[in-house]
Amino acid sequence: MTMTSEPATAPVVQAPAGAQRVFAAGAAADHEAHLRAFGPLPKRDPGALLDQLEASGLTGRGGAGFPAWRKLAATGEAAAQRRRRGAPILIANGSEGEPLSWKDEVLLQNAPHLVIDGMLTAARTLGARNVLLYAGSGSLAAVERAIGERADARGIEVVEAEDGFIAGEASSVVNAIENDDPRPMDRTVRLAESGLRGRPTLVHNVETMAHLGLIARFGGAWFRSVGAPEDLGTRLITVSGDIPRTGVFEVATDATLASVLQAAGLQQGSAAAALIGGYHGAWVPAVSFGTPLTPSGLEPFGAQPGAGIVHVLSDQRCGLRATADIVEYLAGQTARQCGPCMFGLPTLATRFTALARGQDAEQSAAELRRISGLIVGRGACHHPDGTVRLIRSALDVFARDVRAHAHGRCTRRP
Amino acid sequence: MNEMLWAFGRASGVIALILFTVTVLLGIVTRSGRPLPGMPRFSVSIVHRNVSLLAVVFLVLHVGTLLFDSYAKLNPIDVVVPFLGSFKPFWQGLGTVAFDLVAAIVITGLLRRRIGQRAFRFVHWFTYAMWPIAVVHAIGNGTNGTSGWFLLLAAGSALFVLSAVIWRASAGFLEHAQTRRIADVYREETR
Amino acid sequence: MSGSTGTHALHIDWTRCDGRGLCTEILERALTRDDWGYPVATRGLPERRTDAPLREDELDDAEEAVRLCPLAALRVTRVAAPTAPRAGRRVR
Repeated sequence: MTMTSEPATAPVVQAPAGAQRVFAAGAAADHEAHLRAFGPLPKRDPGALLDQLEASGLTGRGGAGFPAWRKLAATGEAAAQRRRRGAPILIANGSEGEPLSWKDEVLLQNAPHLVIDGMLTAARTLGARNVLLYAGSGSLAAVERAIGERADARGIEVVEAEDGFIAGEASSVVNAIENDDPRPMDRTVRLAESGLRGRPTLVHNVETMAHLGLIARFGGAWFRSVGAPEDLGTRLITVSGDIPRTGVFEVATDATLASVLQAAGLQQGSAAAALIGGYHGAWVPAVSFGTPLTPSGLEPFGAQPGAGIVHVLSDQRCGLRATADIVEYLAGQTARQCGPCMFGLPTLATRFTALARGQDAEQSAAELRRISGLIVGRGACHHPDGTVRLIRSALDVFARDVRAHAHGRCTRRP
Repeated sequence: MNEMLWAFGRASGVIALILFTVTVLLGIVTRSGRPLPGMPRFSVSIVHRNVSLLAVVFLVLHVGTLLFDSYAKLNPIDVVVPFLGSFKPFWQGLGTVAFDLVAAIVITGLLRRRIGQRAFRFVHWFTYAMWPIAVVHAIGNGTNGTSGWFLLLAAGSALFVLSAVIWRASAGFLEHAQTRRIADVYREETR
Repeated sequence: MSGSTGTHALHIDWTRCDGRGLCTEILERALTRDDWGYPVATRGLPERRTDAPLREDELDDAEEAVRLCPLAALRVTRVAAPTAPRAGRRVR
């Protein structure tokens, strides 16, 4: 398990072995280095590519973890069923609004060609007429340079992403591109059927595209040679928080949380918990660090591998305080469109902060539970749901702290 | 015959104004999302709409009868184009302006689902202009415009409408203004 | 049969809804209100309360609620049976 700054040892055009895949061409790989590491991009016919994609078991790396081939197939089907809708559109989403995640930026800065390969392959398979890359300002230079280095990428349209936590949500991306309004939209029809300009639209995370670029070369069987049976391959993890070596790591999907933290230099016993899945994720207590970062390993904690975000909380810090800060941030990041979110989240933040400060702790905890139940599933996007997940997880994992705060004490130094 | 038309024209004008006053008041209550005693919120909305349509009926009668009253010297063009009239063109023109606004407001109201929410709301704001213009038209143009009883009626109506507008602009106007205040602190959060 | 749910739902467009509560009066059994006035579906899974399940005998009232909503935030949708491939087809 290595960090991105280490260069590849020997350039080969064989399938990458082990878990070092997407960065095998080295740091800031230009087109030459990329081709030396991975070889040329084959032009498989759409049917064959779809078969390989299905065989690979690749799931989305943007958070939802939906099987990649199924999304592609659904969009293709929708386009075939109603030609009147127009040709499909592919959008690669690298906007990464989550502060605890920067894997997409690192990926675009170091392996943009692999992402482009995946995009072109997906576009070909889909029959997409328009291909867009939606990415933050930090990645644009690298992306535009990479596009300039190759003729086949000339048709890719690069759109600068808006800032903000929820700007990366799929309908926000479409809304931002179409109407310059990066807010989620009310949707009764899936994007696969009707998205950007009413056309079937496929939105995929840039890391998913990178893996696709490898599958196009080395096949689905190769992809599944590493990782957990339930969720195959490798994924990028962003490690942050109270830990010596923060950064982006590529790991096999069956890696345990403990092994990732160890690679990031964590001192044994110095952590209280780790937040998995970012600000919309869930806490895993230190005693359970041996759990693999797979769907089944994380399910007992209400967490998912999601976009591969791991944030460490030291045992010197209060988990309720840390969560309160996050909920305050999330309350300020609503789109201010939907009532339950616009008013529910500030109410939750106020209550959680009171709990963290030991003010009216028991009442605050009860109110937190009531309001959480009230706002779940009510809003144009999943911002309220994700925030509730975090809150419920904190109340569960830090239950001892809740009791201590109710008695005017804190188990950690504040 | 003319006397009758003239009398009916004035009476229907006064009634239309009273009904528009009630409409504006109910409209403001509708906007607050609050019920009235004995009238749930959806009833307030329906009654607001029905009173406005009744007001339009009397407005049409008002304009219609005066068109046939030779004393009023009203040409059909004066109904829609203001300030061209032969009799007190300015004050009468205000009535035309109010009439045009009513037409726009009512038509967009009836076609709300067709034209979309934003267009409907934009035109609907003009009710705050339409009402005072109608009152000033009545005082300036009406035969009884400056009579004691009418001025009393106008002043009373203006008092009601002004109070409602002040209420409209107040912090506690919306039914859930209190609980919704929690979001104000977070409104200033920068991204 | 008029009491069964499962065929239609009231879709709430949260980006338009302002919690005025007219729909909660007209569809008393299908909706209640939260602390800030917004409609809460009384039936169905908590995670899916954007589409409030309707009973057959509530459909007329639902159409009235759709018409009266001051923000035009409501729509009656037909909910497909769970085995069908697509859910949430829009119905005029």
